[in-house]
Amino acid sequence: MMNNLQKYSDSSIKKFLFERFFKNKEGVIGFAIIAVLLLVLFPTIFSTFRLNMIGKYLCYAFVSLGLVMCWGRAGILSLGQGLFFGLGGYCMAMFLKLEASDPESTAIQTTPGIPDFMDWNQITELPAMWYPFKSLSLTILLILTLPAILAYIMSVFYFKGRVTGVVFAILTQSMVACAWYFIVGNQGLFGGINGITDLKTLKGWDIRSEEAQTTLYFVCCILLLITILLSRYIMSTRLGRVLVAQRDKEMRVRFSGYSITSFKIFVFCLAGVVSSIGGAMFTLQVGFMSPNLIGIKPSIDMVIFTAVGGRESLLGAVYGALAVNAAKTTFSEAYPNLWTFIYGATFIIIVLFLPKGLAGLYENFIKPQLYKIICKFSSKKTEDSDDSTNLKPTVTDAK
Amino acid sequence: MEYSIEEIISIVVMQSFSGVSLMCIYALMGLGLYIIFGQMGVINMAHAEFLVLGSYTMCLFSQLVTEHMPFLTNYYVVLAIPLSFGIAFGVGYLVEWSLISRLYKRPLDTLLATWGLSLIMQQSFRTFIGARETSATLPEWLLGSWSATDTIDIPVSGLVLLGLTILLTLGLIFYTKKTRMGLRMQATTQNREMTGALGINTKMTDRFSFAIACGISGIAGAFFTTMASTSPSAGENYIVDSFLVLVVGGLGSLAGLFVSAGFLALLSSILEFFMTGSIAKVILYVIIFITLMKFTKGIFYSKVRS
Amino acid sequence: MPSNTDFLLAIEDLTVSFDGFKAVDDLTLYVDKGELRVIIGPNGAGKTTVLDLISGKTKSSAGSIRYNNKEITKMREHEIVRLGIGRKFQTPSIYDKLTVFENLEISYPQGRSINGSLGFKRTDKVVKRILEVAEEIFLIDLLDLEAELLSHGQKQWLEIGMLLVQDPELVMLDEPVAGMTAKERDETAILLKKMAKERSVIIIEHDMDFVAKIADRVTVLHLGKILKEGTMEEVQSDPTVKEVYLGH
Repeated sequence: MMNNLQKYSDSSIKKFLFERFFKNKEGVIGFAIIAVLLLVLFPTIFSTFRLNMIGKYLCYAFVSLGLVMCWGRAGILSLGQGLFFGLGGYCMAMFLKLEASDPESTAIQTTPGIPDFMDWNQITELPAMWYPFKSLSLTILLILTLPAILAYIMSVFYFKGRVTGVVFAILTQSMVACAWYFIVGNQGLFGGINGITDLKTLKGWDIRSEEAQTTLYFVCCILLLITILLSRYIMSTRLGRVLVAQRDKEMRVRFSGYSITSFKIFVFCLAGVVSSIGGAMFTLQVGFMSPNLIGIKPSIDMVIFTAVGGRESLLGAVYGALAVNAAKTTFSEAYPNLWTFIYGATFIIIVLFLPKGLAGLYENFIKPQLYKIICKFSSKKTEDSDDSTNLKPTVTDAK
Repeated sequence: MEYSIEEIISIVVMQSFSGVSLMCIYALMGLGLYIIFGQMGVINMAHAEFLVLGSYTMCLFSQLVTEHMPFLTNYYVVLAIPLSFGIAFGVGYLVEWSLISRLYKRPLDTLLATWGLSLIMQQSFRTFIGARETSATLPEWLLGSWSATDTIDIPVSGLVLLGLTILLTLGLIFYTKKTRMGLRMQATTQNREMTGALGINTKMTDRFSFAIACGISGIAGAFFTTMASTSPSAGENYIVDSFLVLVVGGLGSLAGLFVSAGFLALLSSILEFFMTGSIAKVILYVIIFITLMKFTKGIFYSKVRS
Repeated sequence: MPSNTDFLLAIEDLTVSFDGFKAVDDLTLYVDKGELRVIIGPNGAGKTTVLDLISGKTKSSAGSIRYNNKEITKMREHEIVRLGIGRKFQTPSIYDKLTVFENLEISYPQGRSINGSLGFKRTDKVVKRILEVAEEIFLIDLLDLEAELLSHGQKQWLEIGMLLVQDPELVMLDEPVAGMTAKERDETAILLKKMAKERSVIIIEHDMDFVAKIADRVTVLHLGKILKEGTMEEVQSDPTVKEVYLGH
């Protein structure tokens, strides 16, 4: 009894935090590997150009992380994550565009000091909704809060009314279509189909220079790693367990006294905020934002990154986003026709044969092999009881 | 400028008729989904590609006829419609057998898999038929209009559209309520295990229902060629609308489908009169979202024992 | 406006219809504090629907359900649970992917809001309570096992355990011994008797031997209406009950 008490209670703060962030040794190793990969290996072997590309892919990894929590863990499939990605991206783009449109560099316009596309659309005054984007801190605040507010409005009535998962997926898709039409239809306000382009500096710092791109890459990586840790923390609390529980047995959770609606809304908002951070980093690294990055198709692409990586695995989401985007860049240039066939087939193959994605592949095939090897080594050493409990192949969310 | 009463009546009649035509289009988009999504509970993201498949059948058949059998030009439409049903039915049958049948218990996964299918279908259209837009050469009688009075002109294609919608709907009602296959379909969707236990081959029932739904979409698609040209990615214009029309109506309610088709047609006619296309779309969608916030299960939804 | 009563649960004139079919028809039923009530009746009598109505899963068409004199017909499921009404489903409803410990922990009646669950800590008090219950439901040695690996009977116990952790004042059980072996049934009967000492219990059951073993009062439902209410002997000797139910 005392033994059990110690084992399960959260009395020691050190044990508590370790379990929340890493769960076990495997969690530490998994995290260390990805950190080394992103922060050490990639920067040493790739040119700045390639690194910038990887940085771009990593922005999608943010969205995938959100989808792992929202779809993989909580069972809420959103086909509209592009909406939140775009929200963050557009907020950042609007800030950068205002900085690039100072009166001097826009002197040839009819109305200097406003973004060029507004001038082309006969707008003579900066619209009021652009004012907040004059301030960087306000912009960052909006990048973090707007998606949460929007996600709340988008979901609260539907979750309360208990729409089915499929209907909610359809609705989110319609919403992202709606956002696409909204941007395209407001050429003067958001640059229409062309998007917001020609972004130059961030507080006077030229984001197009090689040095800036390398710095931004590292910022993106570190933000991503922090997001992974925070997501792990949240998913390892009781809230994370309730989310998984309601995915499998919704009624049971209701009858344990939880208001499922608020949990669903929470995780949907959380996924939205995380995606929005990715979108903002995307704009910074790529230098523009356009509606075609956030329509129906890109939004489903984001789901497939997650599915390939493993819908329930946070680290898998990162690998999925990297792998699919890298494959897309490589193949779609060389064999554009063939690529679409392969891509379509990927959807089908993953769903039919690999519902847990790369993470499932690791869990079922690679991990058992690894354990065999490790066990061979460790059996030669003295037995460590603590080690052997951690090495038991249990279902973990470490990978 | 002054309008006479007669003119005003004419305008109202013609406008209402174009509204009815739009409603028929929405209804036709949703009809195939009504079976697949509303009755079988399966989502088919490649639904729009089946519409396009129908359109292509019509276009290619019309090319074939005008080039090799010009004497048929006036009548080929009558042949093209069963043909597009047949082809879409066949493809649907294969798709159900190879893909959907494995996923009945995982509705969200079906959604992803069928999206993959839609990509493959789109790319097949592009690779094997061509990336350019095509359209069907329509017989002259279909392009004409019928003058009901001196001032009222009703396009014949609209009348045919209306007739076709009514025919398809009646056919569908007859199929589900009166034929053995239809009754089996209803039984299967209501209680799969029980129906299976009664000795009905639920697998074949599902396959047949799915194929029928695809076939109906094929017919709808064939008819869409009278209004717009066809391209490999034409489905993108249909996909959102066809799902929304069904969701607004309430899944599994045919009456709901028509009410919501009428509702959407009315709204979009009004909106597009006042503003540009994309902003009208935005407002239409927003109104739909708000409506669904109130009626989360759709307008026509009956309380059932769970 | 229904008057206040001393009953824990007072159901009055309760009706629900699905597309015109009245599954529960003008039902009036009172449950005392500390009572163990068994509801029996043929298939389709509306037994499970009654539980659905009390627990808020189904909304009534007319009538009132008052719990401690508080009207609950308009409340949502989790609010009703938080008042102190717990429920076990017909088929064992547990979280397959979570361990036995985690299954029990999720039912702990604290930290059920977003903030609460984010900040929820397994304090010594929480862990002690869970271990106690695990002992009672015979699963103390299986705490780290994923729940899907339990036997059918163990799953039923786990769900009962989840209810015990939740510590409701009124417990509703839908066929708690369905699919159990004879030995498991006996153990469950003891468990339920113990459980009923501190709280009120409503049980739906088909197994007559089991009902005879545990029931204080029995209510017989037929076509959504109460056919007979009384002790087991009274019910068994009633001719109309025999006709509709025990007869075949």
